[in-house]
This record gives sequence, C-alpha cells and structure tokens, in this order.
Amino acid sequence: MADENPVKINYLGALTAGLWRENPTFRLLIGMCPPLAVTTAVKPALTMGLSVIFVLVCSNLAISLMRNLLKPHLRIIMFTLSIATFVTICDLYLRAFQPVMSEILGAYIPLIIVNCIIIFRAEACASKNNVWFSILDGIGSGTGFTIALCIIAGIREILASGSIFGVAIMPRGFVPWAAMQMPVGAFVTLGLLLGLVASVLTRKKAS
Amino acid sequence: MDRVYILIMGFLSVVIVNNFVFTKFLGTCPYLGVSGRLDTAFGMGMAVTFVTAMSGIMTWLIDFYVLVPLGLEITRYICYIVVIAGAVQLVEMYVKKFFPSLNKSFGIFLPLISTNCVILGLCLFINIWGTDNLLEVAVLSTGTGFGFAVAICIMAAIREKLILVDVPDSFKGAPLTLITAGLLTLAFMGFTGMIR
Repeated sequence: MADENPVKINYLGALTAGLWRENPTFRLLIGMCPPLAVTTAVKPALTMGLSVIFVLVCSNLAISLMRNLLKPHLRIIMFTLSIATFVTICDLYLRAFQPVMSEILGAYIPLIIVNCIIIFRAEACASKNNVWFSILDGIGSGTGFTIALCIIAGIREILASGSIFGVAIMPRGFVPWAAMQMPVGAFVTLGLLLGLVASVLTRKKAS
Repeated sequence: MDRVYILIMGFLSVVIVNNFVFTKFLGTCPYLGVSGRLDTAFGMGMAVTFVTAMSGIMTWLIDFYVLVPLGLEITRYICYIVVIAGAVQLVEMYVKKFFPSLNKSFGIFLPLISTNCVILGLCLFINIWGTDNLLEVAVLSTGTGFGFAVAICIMAAIREKLILVDVPDSFKGAPLTLITAGLLTLAFMGFTGMIR
C-alpha cells in the first residue's frame, strides 16, 4: 500500500484498503482466532470488533509517534508492550461498563494482544508512516475486521438460534441448527465464506 | 494416589477433551499456516510445547509470588507478554544453532510463536481456572502444548494426503483446510463429557 507509492500519500486508500482489498480475515487470513471464537452471536462479535478498532487505532498512533526511535531488534517487543497497554485499558473499560459482554468474551479480550492483525499493521504501516496515515489505516483495517466478524456471527446466529440480536426472524417451522453454535460451525462457515471469496475473485479476474 | 489421579485426568483433559485448538480456537494461525508438512508440524508442535510449559510455569510463579502480593494485577498482561517473548527468544536461538534446516522451514512462524494465542491463552486460563499448586500448573501447561502438537500433527498428516485430491479451484488452500479442521473438531467432540 504505502510501499507501492511512498511519495504520494493516499489517505483515502489507507481508509478503504482494509475493507475489501486488504481485508484481514477474508483476504490476508490473519488474526483467525476471534472470527472463529467470538462469533456465536452478533453482539459479542460487534463488541470484539470495536475493541479491536480501539486497540488498533491507539497502537498505530503510539507506534507511529515513536517510529524514529525504534531499534530493529527491539521493535517487536516495543510493539507488543504498547499493544498490551491499550488492551489492558480496553479490558478494564469493558469490565467496568459492559460486565455482561466482558463475561462472555472472557479471555478473548486479553488475547487481542497476540492478534496478528495489530502487530502486522504496526510492522507494515505504523512503523513507516506518519500519524494521520496510521490512524486512518487502523480505522480501515479494524472496520474490515469488524464487518467480517459480523458477517460470520450473523450467519451463525441465524442458523443456530433463528434470531439476530435476540429477535426471532425465521419462520415458525425453522429447526435450530445446533451444530452452528459449536466449534465445527465456526470452522465450516469461515471455510465456505473463504471459498466464496476465492471464487468471486477468480470470476472477476476472468471477466 | 488421589493427587496422581487428578494430575493424570487434568493432563488427558487438556490434551483430548478440552484441546485448546479444537474447543477454544487458540493457535489457529500456525495450525493453518505451518501444517503443510508433517515433519515441520512436529517440530512446531515440540517448540510450542516447550514454550508453553516454560511460560505457563513462569507466569504462574510471577503472578502468585509477585503480582498478587504487591497488588499489581493490572500489569498482568504486560508481564505475561514479556515472559513469553523471552521464552520464544530462547527457543529461537536453540533451533537456529542446532537445527538450521528446521529453522529454514519455519521461516517467519518461529518468532511468531510469541504471538501464538495458545501460550498467552494458557497463561490466562490458568489464572481463570484458579489453579493453586505448581505441580498442577506444570502438568496443565505441558499438556496444553502437547495437545497443540497432537492437533497440528493430525492436520498435517491429513493435508499431505489432501494435496492429491481434486477439489474445486476456489476451495484449494485455506478454505479446504478450514473445512477439514471443522470436521476434525466434530470428531474430537466425541470425547466431550468423558472427563470433566
């Protein structure tokens, strides 16, 4: 992205890249734990997505500010330490103001620290670009990630319980598909979605 | 005798019944990324087992003897991540020195062990489970790493055969691997309820 044309800074491109062209879940296949683990329903998925956006923007901001001070062999540890700080903030916030969601997401919030998306954006973007570009990039990638989470969670919630956000939408005769609530549902849904994305891409390329 | 029984059950539980990969989706990145060949997968599994065992014990000790008495639980995540990064650095140096060929086939995934969710996940879950003696922590940590090794080896063995299979083009690679993983979790669900 920024590496392709380092002279001309494309701010709009930074914002939209994460939505589809560099969507972390569907295109880059990084940070695969949350899309599988927290997508049993839309609400926890949305909370997770917003937390990731917050951490991503803050860590991109912090790393972009200190990018000229980083030593090559120490940079990964500096990345993880600043990410861990922001995740702690996020975790404490959720525990105080969203106790139910905090209970459901449990260990997956602190696990944002080791989410590859954030460290990848820090390495590929924030450590090379200025502050505004990094913030936009964080918002873009984070939003792409959140959308992906919500799509998977929506499919699974509708098929597993026949409702979305707790509101029943399926016709009366619908039999809940319990397997979608289980780990197998997560893997198979994501696998089929990735297959769909790949087939769309090949068709686009052919035409 | 009772104690030994609990330890053995705990070990079997984290390896088979509550396998971190199959039930908690932790460590999915290397599970999908490094499972192309069996020997690499085995090496990866062993490296992760070592790091998990070490950092599980270390973080528990730090938590129990330093953070809780001093009331510094708020810095827990930062301390954990430093311990894990240190342990991974150790493994990286060891592998580079003694197994240069393995080091080459791991590539970027070796330093990335430090961002493997299994390890941080285990440290957090030990905290959540409230395990309160060192022996139990050691057994659970080793078991978790071992469970990851089992999962990634099964996956690699299947994928070595899957190369020969004729599937639609768009499903080659990651989609097929994910669906295979889904079916594997289904198989492992058969163990649910065997041990608490």
